[in-house]
Amino acid sequence: MIPAPFEYVRVGSVDEAVDALSEHGEEATLLAGGHSLLPLMRLRLAVPEVLVDLGRVDELRGVRDAGDHLAVGAMTTHHQVMSDPLVREHCGVLAEVTGEVGDPQVRHRGTIGGACAHGDAAGDHPACLLALDATMVARDPGGTREITAADFFTGIFETALAPDEVLTEVHLPKLDGSWGFDYQKFQRVKQAWAIVGACALVRREDGRIGEARVGLTNLGSVPVRATGTERLLAGAAAEPDALREAAAQAAEGTQPPTDSNARPDYRRHLARVLTLRALQNSLAS
Amino acid sequence: MTDVAERSEANVGRVLHRKEDAKLVTGQSTWTDDIQLPGMLHIGVLRSPMAHARLARVDVAPALEQPGVVAAYSGADLADEWVMGLPCAWPVTEDMVAPDHWPVATDEVRFAGDTVAVVVARDRFSAADALEHVDVDYEPLEPVVDMEEALRDEVLVHSEHGTNKCFVWPLETGDVDAAFSGADVVVKRRYIQQRLIPNAIEPRAVVVDPTTASGEYTLYSATQVPHFVRIQMALVLGIPEHRLRVVAPDVGGGFGSKLNVYAEEAIALAVARRLGRPVKWTETRSENYQATIHGRDQIQDIEIAASSDGVLRGLRIDLKADMGAYLQLLTPGIPLLGAFMYCGIYKMDAYSFTCTGVFTDKTPTDAYRGAGRPEATFAIERIMDDLAAELGVDPMELRRRNWIQHSEFPYDTVAGLTYDTGNYEAATDRAMELFGYDELRAEQARRRESGDRVQLGIGISTYTEMCGLAPSRVLGSLRYGAGGWEAATVRLLPTGKVEVVTGISPHGQGHETGFSQIAADALGVDFDDVDILHGDTRVAPTGLDTYGSRSLAVGGVAVHKAAERLIDKMRRFAAHELEAAEDDIEFDRGTFRVRGDPDSSTTIQDLSLSVFTAHDLPEGVDPSTAAEYVFDPENFSFPHGTHLCAVEVDTDTGAVHVRNYTCVDDCGTIVNPQLVEGQIHGGITQGMAQALWEEAIYDELGNLTTGTIVDYYVPGAPDVPHFTTDTTQTPATTNPLGVKGVGEAGTIASTPAVVNAVLDAVRHLGVDDIRMPCSPERVWRAVHDAGQQTGQDLSDDTAGGRL
Repeated sequence: MIPAPFEYVRVGSVDEAVDALSEHGEEATLLAGGHSLLPLMRLRLAVPEVLVDLGRVDELRGVRDAGDHLAVGAMTTHHQVMSDPLVREHCGVLAEVTGEVGDPQVRHRGTIGGACAHGDAAGDHPACLLALDATMVARDPGGTREITAADFFTGIFETALAPDEVLTEVHLPKLDGSWGFDYQKFQRVKQAWAIVGACALVRREDGRIGEARVGLTNLGSVPVRATGTERLLAGAAAEPDALREAAAQAAEGTQPPTDSNARPDYRRHLARVLTLRALQNSLAS
Repeated sequence: MTDVAERSEANVGRVLHRKEDAKLVTGQSTWTDDIQLPGMLHIGVLRSPMAHARLARVDVAPALEQPGVVAAYSGADLADEWVMGLPCAWPVTEDMVAPDHWPVATDEVRFAGDTVAVVVARDRFSAADALEHVDVDYEPLEPVVDMEEALRDEVLVHSEHGTNKCFVWPLETGDVDAAFSGADVVVKRRYIQQRLIPNAIEPRAVVVDPTTASGEYTLYSATQVPHFVRIQMALVLGIPEHRLRVVAPDVGGGFGSKLNVYAEEAIALAVARRLGRPVKWTETRSENYQATIHGRDQIQDIEIAASSDGVLRGLRIDLKADMGAYLQLLTPGIPLLGAFMYCGIYKMDAYSFTCTGVFTDKTPTDAYRGAGRPEATFAIERIMDDLAAELGVDPMELRRRNWIQHSEFPYDTVAGLTYDTGNYEAATDRAMELFGYDELRAEQARRRESGDRVQLGIGISTYTEMCGLAPSRVLGSLRYGAGGWEAATVRLLPTGKVEVVTGISPHGQGHETGFSQIAADALGVDFDDVDILHGDTRVAPTGLDTYGSRSLAVGGVAVHKAAERLIDKMRRFAAHELEAAEDDIEFDRGTFRVRGDPDSSTTIQDLSLSVFTAHDLPEGVDPSTAAEYVFDPENFSFPHGTHLCAVEVDTDTGAVHVRNYTCVDDCGTIVNPQLVEGQIHGGITQGMAQALWEEAIYDELGNLTTGTIVDYYVPGAPDVPHFTTDTTQTPATTNPLGVKGVGEAGTIASTPAVVNAVLDAVRHLGVDDIRMPCSPERVWRAVHDAGQQTGQDLSDDTAGGRL
């Protein structure tokens, strides 16, 4: 790998990272696990002048129980997330989705914060975090702010993070046993990105569906919620016809991209099929 | 030294673990890129970002000002280094168009990735950075990307030749018109062989050392063909052949992509000659995708004629083969290797084949695992399924009616080859039993009847291939620029150890293991007492290298023959030492004995030492304990087998899941079952990849849009099923070992087996063709377009995108 020349800054704390970003402005890019950034640098599609390495910022690693939610440090690796007891107990869907990312080598280096800050609508995390109504925590010289997942992903490889902001934590809701979930990832080969993914969360309530949330991967420039589906399922009977009718609305209002794997109509079709399967499995789980 | 009892077991036919592996798995191997020489400089190659452009100006001066840069050259700067352009060694017809192919372009670039300039720096990083400072004015020219469009000759790749047609090569046997006009059924199809990228795990790399004390050049290259490289580079650069040593160190895979002679080898030699310093060039993966040869890329129009009872009458092939922008070493000959294989294992009356080679503004094509034969096998095996469907018979039954019976060998095929031996019945019976053919057909019927969302398909491929390239005389008749023999030298050392020198150039296959087994058995010495030397023209000066499943069938046989020749030589020494007539000396498992006198004997090791001392030799015999043999096969070899594949097709999504893959291969006598199994596993996976995943895609401007491994789907272990493999062994009758070769078999066989299975799953829904790779979208659209859609609303946009 021969990237364009860059300056390398290693920071030991979030404060140092924020300082480094403030100092270098838009020329600086944060390096987390590097599994998205480094390939882009190798192709010289990303040419940061300053690379600020978060690899030794220990305060950004790990999962803690914050009472009504879980707080996952941005530098927690995918492997740590998917095998963390708190995540598995309270937010199993994230463990499942994370297990679908790349391969074991990628999951041991790649981080949840990096995956979010990269802002790739084809990545597995964004749709899941959107369905979870997760909250992102970012810090800049002025302090800390919270950004909902819905506001966080703003465009193709774009997020709400300002150039001098460091994503520090992802806050996840604690889901009780009434929630079922499933992630349907549809891909060409096991290591590939999803052509389409559907992440479903369904809360069961006395044989009915109390609430359903569906996040869709790679169906537009940002991850999207299948709002039409969710609306139809709120309070609906947990029956096959209801699921089918609701899933048929999954692609409503989406603007799927075209690539060598799928034209838009096929992506929409997949969104409907995968949403139905994710809903069925959620109810069965 | 092992004792005689332990040695008595033959090595050939047994699983012996690969000698090569300890080094490989402990990181002790030496790849070309590992070589570090004192004062070595690093080369970066600037490549055209455009598929077709005139080079109005190439200014390397700004690059020269960059830190660490020692030299920089445009194509014009290096033009006087070349005595001739990069050669094509296979001028398939007398009037073939062979455009100039300079190592660095001077006037025009003709594919994205064509060489434009060279930067030499103290380290590879500086070289890569400085490339961005070479100033190039590209004047865009219209590119031609599509083969059929190219044949209209409206946009020319090489305007000086006035045509994009490289050659037309015909072959016709029997009365084709009569066969077709007299047939009850004719099935006509067009199959597309998509372009593939070989993806050897080790990228190409070159190191040149011009500083040797003896004044010669040493060129290290990640190549399959050091001997070819030596000859061609001597010609291109005007270096006397004896002053050029070529070394292929450990080489990490090739699949044909390193069966070539490349611009960068010439550039490295030229730069080293200019600067008098060692140089290195190592390819990036992106460069590998653009500048290392691609495979396949053919359009096959095929027509088959049969009687109503399914007896084949004739076959017509009109083939268009994409050469890319230039002819590499064997580019035009590759599709012709298929010319003799379109009839497969079947009998028929008449056959015609025409191949048109076409230039386009794309990366040159050349040999990729199977080279011409996978394409031919795909076409015949697919159309046999299509014909079976047309006739309403079981596809295996149709094959049985037409294949060459075991009792009919040797058999002269309609394409003009003589298949020495084979047993298609035995391989097929065994495969069908292992596969559970009848049970799977029953499940298929149930799923069809119930309208299951998941349909089951069964695909067959009863392939054969011609390999063991090749009889020199046949190659000569095809205008190939070299012979097909292979050389081996077997040397007994004074302490009884053995060195075998082979002209074969391994790059992952396990030749050191297999050849050691052959030599150990022939000489009656221990497997571990044999070393195989290869891949260095100073060590193994005579050879024609590794490709076309030839290593064992030609090179392995040469080892066996050389060992036999050595035993004959040693027999004279034994007779002298044991004071007996030469005719009375018997040789068995390493010991020479006097017939009828069991106490009078000597071992090959003891004899070797006594010949070494040369104190007491027979009159007029020189004290040599080495023998050479150059083996030129009398015929190709013809491995065959039956591959069966079961896939599940999700009709809702188009996803294909390979559920079961069973094959029984007959590669003749097996030297090492583990090596065979490894080749079959890798081969199946590579062929399956063409069926389901891999495709090099160019946009209309000639940009390779699948330019990284992210976009080009090379499968991994999770993507393929467990393979059930077995073998039958019908020895070849054209070589003394009975071996046939197995390097390409899996790839040749598996692509049609998988695609046939996919089609079989959805044929009842009205689908009779899906283009490779059978991606989910293509499968889903085929099912959908056939009017058997899954009940979803599909009325929204279908515009845009490429399928």
